[in-house]
Amino acid sequence: MKYFALFSLPVDFNIDLELLNQAYLQLQKAVHPDKYAHKSSAEQLLAVQKSAQINDALHILKHPLKRAEYMLSERGIDIRAEQQTLQDPMFLMQQMELREELEDIKEANDPDAAISAFDKQIKKIDLDYHTQLKTLIAQTDIEQLHRTADVVRKLKFIYKLREELERVEDSLFDD
Amino acid sequence: MAYSDKVLDHVENPRNVGAFDKNDPTVATGMVGAPACGDVMKLQLKISDEGIIEDAKFKTYGCGSAIASSSLVTEWVKGKTLDQAAEIKNTDITAELELPPVKIHCSILAEDAIKAAIEDYKNKH
Repeated sequence: MKYFALFSLPVDFNIDLELLNQAYLQLQKAVHPDKYAHKSSAEQLLAVQKSAQINDALHILKHPLKRAEYMLSERGIDIRAEQQTLQDPMFLMQQMELREELEDIKEANDPDAAISAFDKQIKKIDLDYHTQLKTLIAQTDIEQLHRTADVVRKLKFIYKLREELERVEDSLFDD
Repeated sequence: MAYSDKVLDHVENPRNVGAFDKNDPTVATGMVGAPACGDVMKLQLKISDEGIIEDAKFKTYGCGSAIASSSLVTEWVKGKTLDQAAEIKNTDITAELELPPVKIHCSILAEDAIKAAIEDYKNKH
C-alpha cells in the first residue's frame, strides 16, 4: 500500500482527508521546482517525476471509489480495467428504472422538485452501499474481498447516475 | 471520439427500441451492465413455440457504441434459433460497427445481453 505509506497514513479506507491534504502539501513543497532551480537537470527531472507521483497518489486516495479500487488491487483483485459485465437482475432493474425516472424529470411539471426528490433517492442508495463498503473493505479473506469488489462495481453505476443527474440539472438551467 | 458511420446510423435511427411485457412466457429478458462506464442494457426477445426469435426490443442507457451494439443485435437475432443467437460474438459486433479498442466493452455488453436473455428463457421453461 505504497500510496498510504507515501503520505505516512495508516492503511485504512476511512482516511483522514485533512491529514492527507496536509501531508500532500508538505510533500509537494519538498519537491517544488524553486528548490531545484540550481540543481542538476537529472535532479530536476527526478523532482518533477516525484511531484507527478504525489499527485497521482492524492488523486487516487482522495476519491472513495478509486481508493477502494486501489486497496482491492493491492490485495490482488484488479477491477479497474475489467471488461466483464455485471449480471445482477434485481440491481440492474433498479438502475434501469432510475434511468427512466431521470429521463422523465425533464418533462416534469416541477423539475426542481423532481430533481431534489431524485437526488434524495440516489443519496440514500449511495449511502447504503458506502456503509457496506466501509464494513467489507476492512475484511481480508478472499470471499469478503470479492463481495467488496461487487459493491464497488455497483457504486460505479450510482456514480454514473449522479453524473447523469448533474447533466440534466445543467440542461434545465441552460434553458 | 469519432464514431463510425454505422454507429452514427444506429444512434440516429435506433432499431427496435422499446419493451415487451417481461411476464409474458414467450418473452426472454436479458439485463446487463458495464461497471467500467455505468452503462445499462436491457434486451428482450420474443420467442415462438418452435424456438425461433420472432422479434427483439432493447433499451440502453449508455454511450453511442452501447446503443449501436444493442440496436444491431436486435436486427441480427431476428429469425435465429436460440442456439444460433448464442453464437453471436462480441468480435462480430466490433467488426461490423468498427468499434475502437476502448469501446470493446460495449460489444461485450451486447453479447452478454443475448446470453442473459437466453438464460432467462431457459429458467422460465
